[in-house]
Parts: sequence; C-alpha cells; structure tokens
Amino acid sequence: MNQHFLTPSAVQELTQSYSQSLGLFAPELILCVGIILMLLIRLFNAFNRVNLGYVALVVTLVSLWVSWTAWQPFLSSTPIKARENLFAGMLVYDGLSAFLRLFLLLAAALLIWLTLLTGIPDKEDSADFYTLFLGGTLGMILMGSSNHLLMVFIAVEMASLPSYGLAGFLKGRRQSSEAALKYVVYGGAAAGVMLFGISLLVGRFGTGYLPEVAASYLALAQKGGFDPLLMIGTLLIFVGLAFKLSAVPFHFWCPDVFEGASAEVGAFLSVSSKAAAVALTGRLVLNLTGSSLDALGSFEQWKQASIYFGPVLVLLAAVTVTFGNLAAYTQTNLKRLLAYSTIAHAGIVLAGLATLTAEGLSAGLLYMTFYLFMNVGAFAVVAFLRNQIGSEDVAAYPGMIRRAPLQTICLAVFFLSLVGLPPFIGYVAKFEVFAAIYNAAQAQSNKGLLVLLAIALLNTVFSLFYYVRVLKIMIIDSPAPGAESQPLSLPRLQNVFSLLLAIIVVAGVLIWDPLSQFGTQRSVMPFRGALPSIEASK
Amino acid sequence: MLGSHLFATTAWETFEKDGWIMSGIIFAPALFSLLLLFIPKGRDEVIRRLSLLGTLVTLVLSLFLFVDYLTLHQKYELSGNAEANTLTARADAATRATATHGPDRSGDLVSRVPWIGRFGIEYFLGVDGLSMSLVLLTAVISTLAFLTGWGIEKSVRGYCILFLLLETGMMGTFLSLDFFLFYIFWELMLLPMYFLIGIWGGPRREYAAIKFFLYTLFGSVLILIALLAFYFTDLTPYYGYLQARAQGKDPNSAEVRELENFKAYAGAKLNKKEAINTFDLLMLAKIGHESARLEAEYRKASADHAAKPTEESKKAVDQASENKAKYQLFGPQFQVICFVLLFIGFAIKLPMFPFHTWLPDAHVEAPTPISMILAGVLLKMGGYGILRIAYPICPWGAYDLAWLIGLFGVISIVYGAFAAMAQTDFKKLVAYSSVSHMGYVLVGLAVWTSPDRSEYWSWGMNGAVFQMLAHGITSAGMFFMVGVIYDRAHHRDLNNFGGIANAMPVYSGLSAIIFFGGMGLPGLCGFVGEFMCILGTWNFGPSGHPYMGRVYAILAAATVVITAAYILWTIQRVYFGSSEKYKDLPDITLREGFIAGVLVVMTVLFGVAPMLLLSWYEPTISTLVRGLASIFP
Repeated sequence: MNQHFLTPSAVQELTQSYSQSLGLFAPELILCVGIILMLLIRLFNAFNRVNLGYVALVVTLVSLWVSWTAWQPFLSSTPIKARENLFAGMLVYDGLSAFLRLFLLLAAALLIWLTLLTGIPDKEDSADFYTLFLGGTLGMILMGSSNHLLMVFIAVEMASLPSYGLAGFLKGRRQSSEAALKYVVYGGAAAGVMLFGISLLVGRFGTGYLPEVAASYLALAQKGGFDPLLMIGTLLIFVGLAFKLSAVPFHFWCPDVFEGASAEVGAFLSVSSKAAAVALTGRLVLNLTGSSLDALGSFEQWKQASIYFGPVLVLLAAVTVTFGNLAAYTQTNLKRLLAYSTIAHAGIVLAGLATLTAEGLSAGLLYMTFYLFMNVGAFAVVAFLRNQIGSEDVAAYPGMIRRAPLQTICLAVFFLSLVGLPPFIGYVAKFEVFAAIYNAAQAQSNKGLLVLLAIALLNTVFSLFYYVRVLKIMIIDSPAPGAESQPLSLPRLQNVFSLLLAIIVVAGVLIWDPLSQFGTQRSVMPFRGALPSIEASK
Repeated sequence: MLGSHLFATTAWETFEKDGWIMSGIIFAPALFSLLLLFIPKGRDEVIRRLSLLGTLVTLVLSLFLFVDYLTLHQKYELSGNAEANTLTARADAATRATATHGPDRSGDLVSRVPWIGRFGIEYFLGVDGLSMSLVLLTAVISTLAFLTGWGIEKSVRGYCILFLLLETGMMGTFLSLDFFLFYIFWELMLLPMYFLIGIWGGPRREYAAIKFFLYTLFGSVLILIALLAFYFTDLTPYYGYLQARAQGKDPNSAEVRELENFKAYAGAKLNKKEAINTFDLLMLAKIGHESARLEAEYRKASADHAAKPTEESKKAVDQASENKAKYQLFGPQFQVICFVLLFIGFAIKLPMFPFHTWLPDAHVEAPTPISMILAGVLLKMGGYGILRIAYPICPWGAYDLAWLIGLFGVISIVYGAFAAMAQTDFKKLVAYSSVSHMGYVLVGLAVWTSPDRSEYWSWGMNGAVFQMLAHGITSAGMFFMVGVIYDRAHHRDLNNFGGIANAMPVYSGLSAIIFFGGMGLPGLCGFVGEFMCILGTWNFGPSGHPYMGRVYAILAAATVVITAAYILWTIQRVYFGSSEKYKDLPDITLREGFIAGVLVVMTVLFGVAPMLLLSWYEPTISTLVRGLASIFP
C-alpha cells in the first residue's frame, strides 16, 4: 500500500489501474446503473404502472452474461492463477470473487423470477423492493471480493442494510416489522463488534490490506508464543461473519426474521447472503493461514496461525449443525423450520471451512451452489402454497398431495435433497464437504476434525426426521374433517418454476463433475498455496 | 466451452453389449416409471399393465444376462478352471484391454466407464455367481410381488412408480462394483420403501416407515464413513509392493501380471506422481487382502522368532516388519474399525439381533407385496454387502471378529425363533422367523477356518448364499400366504383362525409346502442352506476355543426344533380344526394360484436339486473363501 503517497508517478499508475479496474468491475457497474434507473424511472408518469421486476430481471441477466464472459478465462485447460487488485487494492478480482459474482447473479435472477411469479412485491412497491434487492446483491458481491478489512466492513454493511429493509417489507404485518427491528438491532451489534475486531487487527499491524495483514499475521504466529490481542481481534471479526452465517450462538435473529419476512426474502437471506458470508469467511481464513501468499508457508507456520481460529471454527460448526437440526424438530411454521434448517446447513458449510484448506472452501462453494437450487425450490413451494391457502403452517398442509400434487412432489424432492439422500444433489454437496473434512483430518492429523465429521454425519440422520415429518403430513395424512380439500389451481408458470428446480435437484449429479472441476475448483485456485506443504508434512 | 466438457462422451463409445444389458436391468424399471407419468388420469388398468411389463422386461433382461453368465461359466469350466472365473480376473483383463485398446470384450460381463473425474468415480458394473443369483432372485420376486399387489386401489400410479424405482435401486446395488455407485443405489431404495410402507401400509404405518428409514439411514452413515476412509488411502505404495514382489519373477507369473494390471489401472496417475484414490471395490479388496497378508506374515515371523530365536528368524521378523511399514495400507486396527462400521451398516439391513427391531414393525405394517420385497430381497442386501464389501476389503477385521459374528448369528437364530413362537400376529411371526433364518447366514459366513480346512468354511459360505436365496423364496411365499388369508379374513390374529383347510384346500396345501420349506424340511429348499451352514460351523474353532464352532452348531441345529414347533403350531392353529366363521371363504384365484405355484415349484425344485443353483454360483464363493483363508498360514 505504499502507492498511497501521491507522487505523480503513483497518480498516473492509479489512473491506469482505475480504468482497468472499471473493466473488470463491469457487472457490478451494470447493477449500479440498474438501481439508479429504477429509482429515476418512477419520476415519469408513464412508468408508474410498470412492475419494475422486469427491469431488475433484465439488468441482472445482462450482468450475469457479462460475468459469464468474464469467467471464460478460468475455463481454459491451463487454469490461470489470476489475481488482480482493483481500486488500489481495496478489492481483488480472482477466481473466488468471479465465481461468487456468478453465483449471486444467478441466484438473483432466479429469485426475481420467483417474486414475479408470486406477486410480492406488488407493482406499487416494486421500485423499493428491487432497489433494495439489487443493492443487497451488490453488497454481497463486494463481500466476495473485498481485500481490505475496511472494505470487508463496508461490504458486510452494504449487504446487511438492504436486507433489513427487505425483512420489514410486508409493512402491514406486525411480525414483519418486528422481524426487521430485531434484525437491525442484532445486525448493528454484530457490525459494531466486528468493527472493533477490525480496529484491533489494523491497530496491531498498521494496515488493513489483507495480503499484508496475512503476512504480518503469519510472521507473528511464527515467532511463537500466544498473542491474546490477535486472537480477540480475529475472533471478533468472525463474530460479524458468524452473524451473517447465522451460526450458533449468533443465530437468534434468524428464525424470527424468516418467520416475519416473506418466503421470497427468506430464500434471499438463506442462499445469497449465506454464500457471500461463506466466500468472505473462506477468503479471510485462507488468507490468515497464508494460503494466498505467493511464498509458501511451512506446515508449522500454517499450524501456528490456525490456532487462533481453527479450533473455534470447528466448535462453532459442530454446535451450529447440531443446534439447527434439534431446534427444527418442534417447528410448525414452515418458514421457521426452514430457518433452523438454514442454520444447520450453515453449520455443515462452516465445517468445510473449518478444515482451513482450499478443498474445504471449494466444497463449501459447491454446497452453496447446490443449496441454491434446493432451498430456493423449498421456499418457492412454500410461497406458492401460501398464495393459494394463505398459510405457512404445516397444520394447513394435510392432504396436500391431492390438492397440489406437483408442488408436493417437488417439495418432497427439495426436502429429501436437503436431508442429503442420494441420488439428489444434496447428497453430492454433503459428500464433497465430508470428503474435504476427512481428507483434511488425515492430512493435518487433526482428531477434532474427525469428531466434527462424526457429528456432521450423525446430524444427517437427525435432520431426516423433521423434513420427513412435513412430507408425512402432506402426503400420508388426510385433511382434517371439514377442512378445505379442493384441488388448488396454481398458475402454470409456478408449476414450471418448481418443476425446473426439482429436475435440477434430481439430475444435478450430471453437472457435478463439470461444476466442481470448472467451477468451484477453479475458484479456489489462488488459495492452493499452502496445500503442498501440508501434504509434504504427512 | 463448458458443453464440450459436459459431453466428452468418448468413453461411452466403448460401452459394450454386456454393459447395455446390465444397465437395462437397472434402469428399465426407472424408465417405465417415467413413462407412467404420461398416462392420463383414471387409467389404472393401463398403469398396472405397463408396470408389470416393466418388471417383466427386467426379468427377461436378467435371464439374458444369466444365459451370458452361464456361457462364460461354461467356457471356464471346459478349460478345467471354473474358479478362475472371478470378477477380479475379468475386470483386470478388461482394464488391460482398455489400456491397450484391445478388442471388444462383450462376453466378460464387466463394464466400466469413468463418471466423476475429480473423485475417480466410475460407472462400474459386473456380475459373478453371487450377484447373478441375487439379480435373478430380485427379478423373480419383484414380478411376483407386483402381481400380488394387483388389487391395490389407492393411488395406483404413485404405487407403481415407487415400486419400479425400488426395483431400480435393488438391481443397481447388486450390479455396481464402484463403492460410490453402490452407495447411491443402496440409499435410493430407502425413499420408495418409506413411502410404500407409509402410504399403503397398515394402521401404524407412519411409525413403522420412519423407524425403517431412521435405522437404515443410520447404518448408511456408518457405511459412508468406511467409504471415505477407503477412498482417502493413497494406493501409491501398493505399486511399490507389486514391484518388489514381481522382481526377478517369470514374465508370465501371477506377480508380474498383477503389476501390469495395476499399471494399466493407474498408470497415468503413477506417471504424474499423483495420489491414487479409488472407489473400485475389486481394487480395494486386493489392497485389504495384501495388507492382511503382510500383517499375518509379520505375526507368524514374530511367533517363530519368539519360539526359536535365531539369527535367521530375527532377520525374517525385521524383513516382515519393514514390509509392513512400507506397504501396509489398511492396517489391522484400520481394518477392524472399518469392518465394524460396514458390518453394523449391513447387519441393520440383514437384520441381526440387536438391530432387528425395525423389521417386525416394517413387515407388519407394509402391504403384502412390499413385505415380500422386504423379506425376499432387501434383507439379502445386508448379506450381499457383507460378502461383497466387508469381508474382501477388511479380511483382518472379519478374521478377528469371526467368533463375535457367529455369536450374534446364533443369538439371532435362537432369539428370532423364540420371539416368533410368542407372536399372535401372523405377519409378526413370519417377520421374527426371518430374523431367525437370516441368523444362519451370519453363522455360515462367520466360520473362518484355517486354509487346510477351508472347505468347511466354504460349505458355510455357500450355505449362507443358498440360505439367502432359499429364504428369499420361502419368506416371500410366507408373506404372500399371510396376505391371501388377510385379504379374506381381514385380520391376522393366529388365535382367531381355524378350519381354513376345509374352506380353502388348494391354498392350504400350497401354504403348507411353503411353510415347511421355511421350516427347513429335508427335500425343500430351506433345508439345504441351513444344513450347509451348520455343517460348516462344526469345525470352526478360533485359536484357544477349538470347540466354539460345535457349540454354535449345536445351538443352531437345536433351534430347528423350535422352528418346527412354531411353524407346526401355526399350521395347526390356522388351517386345521373347523370353524363356522370361515367356511365360506373363496379359495385362491388364478392370479394368486400362479404366484403361489411359482414359489412352491421353486421351493421344491431347489430343495430336491440344489445343484441347479450351486453348480454355477459355487465357484465364485469357493474362490473367495480360498483367497481369504490363504491369508493366514
């Protein structure tokens, strides 16, 4: 960060790098243009009655297309280890940020389509809703590419603030407002704690630039001894991220917010927001263990650095996955149930990150990619059925197999995939994570990871029960006497939406190999650094 | 760009005829279930016929495969070497041929295509005597079970779709030789089974269905751990082992060939010095085998040294321990742990005492056709898994725990028989008799004897497989018979029956044969398996406990009396005597008569002429036994 001194040559260099940065930043800029467009378009009377969802969809798709072309270099048979600093090192453009951008834009496109199908928001509110939605997505994309601790904070906040608004979007419902308020309070506190952690680290090292922080961190770790300040600073940063991931014990907002917010927003929070948090956590973890440095750290160095957060992450993952699954048992509101299920799944992904390897991050990203399809699918079915029967409570669901057979079967597919049963993609996702954990446990001879693996596997069995209970109610139970039991007539496009996702969930095994080889594996290329030294130490 | 990666299908061009037949057996039912989705509502009869056609197509394809297998078997037999007909040998030959772009090998009945490159997962299918026999059993029982369920009226389409998916899962499990693929099919069965019990079952169906699901899923998770543990063992040292072993050997010797096999299998990775990981069950079996052998050699050398310490014996110990350190991939502790994981996973399905409690519930609540499938095929998957995966890959664990497996087998036999006697529910009685009869399978498997007496173990193993097939026929038959009477009398309370023989003479006669077959009456198929298992057990004696096998054998044989007691008592209570209540019951219909007839014919036929089965599956099992027994000198 020495180029901060504004000598003429430095200024010239900055100018040049800015024009280059803007090129690589194009998809984000398109989103920005879209947001501004949607805010301004309402000034014209002619556009008053247009549902701006279509504008948002077009903007997202264009941005997605640009991101896809930007991904092409990563597909080449000789994978590049590209890493470009953007905007004087505040952001970084590498496989991880490019992959996350693709993921988030795909998720955004799917979710906008979903909102268009369910009619939340209505035309009046569409400008506000989609502005917040795209703004949140933009913040999440920045989370994936931040390369400076300050930028980490800004990006997290930029992702959080629109989410607060979205959570409270059903203005007429008290629950929705309550959810938003809770979310704001928790989010504010978590952000404050995180900022405090950042200030500790920045104060310790004199810089917030991640590669430099990482280098100093490693150097300090190598010197031996234990630095409590370092540990406190690092862990406080992880508190902020754990809040975003809804890891136990920072999960309290999650069930209330999911119950209060609409199902569409729930899907957004559980998929997009989580994925961004996963990428950011992965980037931080791998940076701090020196995996992204060009000069390879030794295994000892790696181990020294990891004691500051490795065991805590293992513990966090174990507690999160177990708590999420056990708490889901008693839920009767489907959105609440899905909230706890989200917590449990965050625990599994955290378990992958707790390996502190690029493998683990790659598995986590694959998990999130597959999770996107099954979880959006599950929320979509809940939203579609809510539009028909006006309830999200399982009590209204008996006999649903006769009333809406297609949606019920699709929900069965999504739920069983969330359990992690083959041949659905949920199994593949879990397998990747479990494989990464086992491999890391062997390579690092880390007994804690083996215990974590056992806990995660047992949780697969635990989770079966509550998902299947819902399916049992929908498929096996007959409706209570006197209850509505007429077949529902869902709009055809809603059926198409669910069916499409269900087909992906069933046949997704076929895209597993290409997705992992040319997607997630490539995205963690920059972090391959420390792996050989771990292997060598065996 | 991605498209070209997605559809890099050159590997599929080499897919051979045998591969298509085996894939057809697995996926024909699934394709038919897909077809059912497009039949308009209310055409239940069409749906039923189409599904029956699906099971029939699978049956015919299985028979094709059987003919191919017999041809292959005969080829080896004519060359005087029936026991060289192993899956491993055929797969090795195929791998070599692929590596050198050799000629079409359609007759070898193994077929492998890469699937998930990153994990080296293959679409790897193959048959030997063991899987062939179970594939045939599955095809026959599925067809008969489907006919049994012809009268089901509740959401016929859903029932047929789930039934066919279940058959796909079962066939895939028996035919896949890649552990990952096996696991997918193994789990694939859970879903249809859950819904088949949960929707079409009896009054407590929901409880029974979720109990079945949870138990089996728990077992699967244990299997998954073993799967990961096997996979993440780097096999590169095995190459060094093979090289060392082949040094200075004749180029035609088995050792050199084995080296070439491995080079053909993993040459590319060896050259690149990458880690070699595999899900290939046959390769894993080789590794487990050789690891156990190294351990056995080391222990023998140590024992010799302790008995008579000389300079030479010291050297032998050092050599053995060095080999062990260098080449042993699956150490004894590792093998014991993995064996226990796999064994519990499979024993839950078998089911073995004390993991059997899901079975009576599931059986009692399931509709008749599903009970037939459960008892006839699903229980056999446990035995198949033990024989195909647990024993070959973890022989050390199997050897170490042989006495325990036998003990649990005996407990299952005795406990199951006594529990069956105490039942008043007809279906529960048959369910507990299943626990008892599958116990013989365990005992037959367990009786590991030294190589010079390995023919006894071979009796036990062959008996175990025969018992699986015989039990598949008779237990499916018994459940069918219970189903027939339940359809007419609408209850299953044993104490409330009586005089059925007067009203339904044909039915009663056929049932008697099936029940006697289950009881193990000489001349019927149940006898052969039990007798062979007990015979093999007699000579079992782990070091220090030479008479353990005799105790097991006596207990197992004595239980036959209990079995006879509860079956005769049942027959007496249900069929004999006279009752006004049941005198108007109609005798069995043509459809039911056909199903019962097929089962009765098989029961008698394989009891009178067991060689009809034994002659072609026996070499597979005997070779397996000889290989395993030779590990421990």
